[in-house]
Amino acid sequence: MPARISAALGALAEPVCIPLFALAASLVLFGFFVALAGVNPLDMYALIYQGAFGSWFSWQNTLTRAAPLLLTGLCTALPAQLGLIIIGGEGALVAGGLAAVAAALLLSGLPPLPVQLAMAAAAMAVGGVSIAVAGALRHYRGVNETISSLLLVYITVAIFNQIVEGPMRDPASLNKPSTHAIGDTNMIGNIPGTDVHWGFVFGVLASLVAYVLMYRTTFGFAARVVGGNVRAARMAGLPVGRLILLTCALGGACAGLAGMVEIAAVQGSANYSLVAGYGFTGILVAFLARHNPLAIIPVAILLGGIAASGGLLQRRLGLPDATTLVLQGIIFVVILASEALYGRVTWLRTQGVAA
Amino acid sequence: MTDIGWWGVPLAVIAGAIRVSTPFLFVSLGECLTEKSGRINLGLEGTLMMGAMSGYGIAYLSGSPWLGVLTAGVVGAAFGILHATICALPRVNDIAVGIALMLFGTGLAFYLGKPFIQPQAPILPSIDFGAWSGIPQVEAALKINALFLVGLALAPALRWALANTRWGLIVRSVGDNADAARAMGYSVDRARLLATTAGGFLGGIGGSFLALYYPGSWNEGLSSGQGITAVALVIFARWDPMLCFYAALLFGGAGALGPALQSVGVTQGYYLLNAAPYILTLLIMIVTCSPRRSLIGAPSELSVVK
Repeated sequence: MPARISAALGALAEPVCIPLFALAASLVLFGFFVALAGVNPLDMYALIYQGAFGSWFSWQNTLTRAAPLLLTGLCTALPAQLGLIIIGGEGALVAGGLAAVAAALLLSGLPPLPVQLAMAAAAMAVGGVSIAVAGALRHYRGVNETISSLLLVYITVAIFNQIVEGPMRDPASLNKPSTHAIGDTNMIGNIPGTDVHWGFVFGVLASLVAYVLMYRTTFGFAARVVGGNVRAARMAGLPVGRLILLTCALGGACAGLAGMVEIAAVQGSANYSLVAGYGFTGILVAFLARHNPLAIIPVAILLGGIAASGGLLQRRLGLPDATTLVLQGIIFVVILASEALYGRVTWLRTQGVAA
Repeated sequence: MTDIGWWGVPLAVIAGAIRVSTPFLFVSLGECLTEKSGRINLGLEGTLMMGAMSGYGIAYLSGSPWLGVLTAGVVGAAFGILHATICALPRVNDIAVGIALMLFGTGLAFYLGKPFIQPQAPILPSIDFGAWSGIPQVEAALKINALFLVGLALAPALRWALANTRWGLIVRSVGDNADAARAMGYSVDRARLLATTAGGFLGGIGGSFLALYYPGSWNEGLSSGQGITAVALVIFARWDPMLCFYAALLFGGAGALGPALQSVGVTQGYYLLNAAPYILTLLIMIVTCSPRRSLIGAPSELSVVK
């Protein structure tokens, strides 16, 4: 093997092996957990595999659920390059979804393509602003961005409910208040030959673009310098405030787009189903991927798979629907604890050095 | 019922301030103690849910609400131990662990709490301070829960203990300068473990109040952000337990504004009024924080104020 490739592989040994080990450890812990409920862990593993990746049908379900996770994962991962921990993806998604509906309703009558573009633009703008606010508060006022972004989620969801049940409510929606539908012609539809909607493609493209932006451009380099040492970045004359605002806005735009995709590919109108926790799972996606946009793609598919298998666990094993939330929680806790392993596993170290 | 019209609004806000503030009070006192030791536990939102679920479940199964409160505290303490143990590992970020435990605690509470959504558990008793008035609304407003009184006593006690006891000194020195504390021979990790465990205990009790008194039932929408609001409240209260008490009253009042206005027929803006505590928290953080200096009273080891 050429030295360069094997050196690159060696450098990858830790960031790939340790999360995989943490995942395996989480599954074992989760096995003990379901065993307490009287469920055979082996049955549970088999069902998760079957429900997530066992058939073409489950793959399609998995990829559909991965679509918003790719985008909300970026909402945490992009600001993380600057050392910010943003957890407001849920709010940006909800705001983006509502903005997309508003755009579609305002432009009803136009051909589908301009309407869809306007929906995406509106969703990304609103989502971007909602996360940029947290970044701006951090930079200009010193307000902790983790707390402010979570508070913004609650405020955004309240505004969402207020608008959906007030000015934008479709009077015909009695039991479940909803906005008017955006119309079938404005739906973005599925990738030909599959039941997976285009949102998955958007998510993968966004991850690739984010990777190039963060690791192959001067903008990304500057952002990562800020993340490494903000004082050094200031000394070097980097525009720290602008970098923070732009990166947060980009992350928020991704989550906003996730909201647009959920509206234009799944829901058709805005209602409470949009507040489904994709934003919160996105935080886990970002941490599991160690905030690397490329790694977000497999991680989002994996967590989409776990979510997709939830229904099967519920039906076959009689486990509550919150079971997948518990598994996600265990993975999150274990993955953070595994941070302690970096640089300590001599076997992985020697792989890196020998190369 | 005597009609007191719009006077019902301020009365309901004051009554609500007392009723709604109790979980804020316990969570913020717990968080205050944890943060004084130099670590932030954002996981108290999950602790709150676990406390509410376990407290309600045990109260239902045993018939004793106080046993439920105790269980909630113990469960909260267990979450505190988990947080402190993981954070003590090298290179682990306490904010991230808090987020993880927030999601884990919420998920676990939903999972284990399924059987307790329907049944009615015995709720905590309250003490009538308003029997003298003869006005039903005033009597209702002055029905004060025993846990609130516990919190009322706890705030000055915690302040005194932090300022005047050996334990308080250790917690503060660990939070202000870990290296100095280590040089004096104190174990930083152990002090933080104890502070986080005690904080989790109080957070769990705050959760049990939600399930066992007001609103007084267990469901999955029980806590939406009270935990995180209480964390922000500690920053606003400048890490002073007595100020935490006043701030909790203020937030409780804000939280009671929506239901109070609704009871006199104002239904406009229902959701926005219910979001009042979050809006208030955010505004207060914007006004009180500063990018140039650390906050007065802030433990210098604390990551959120660095």
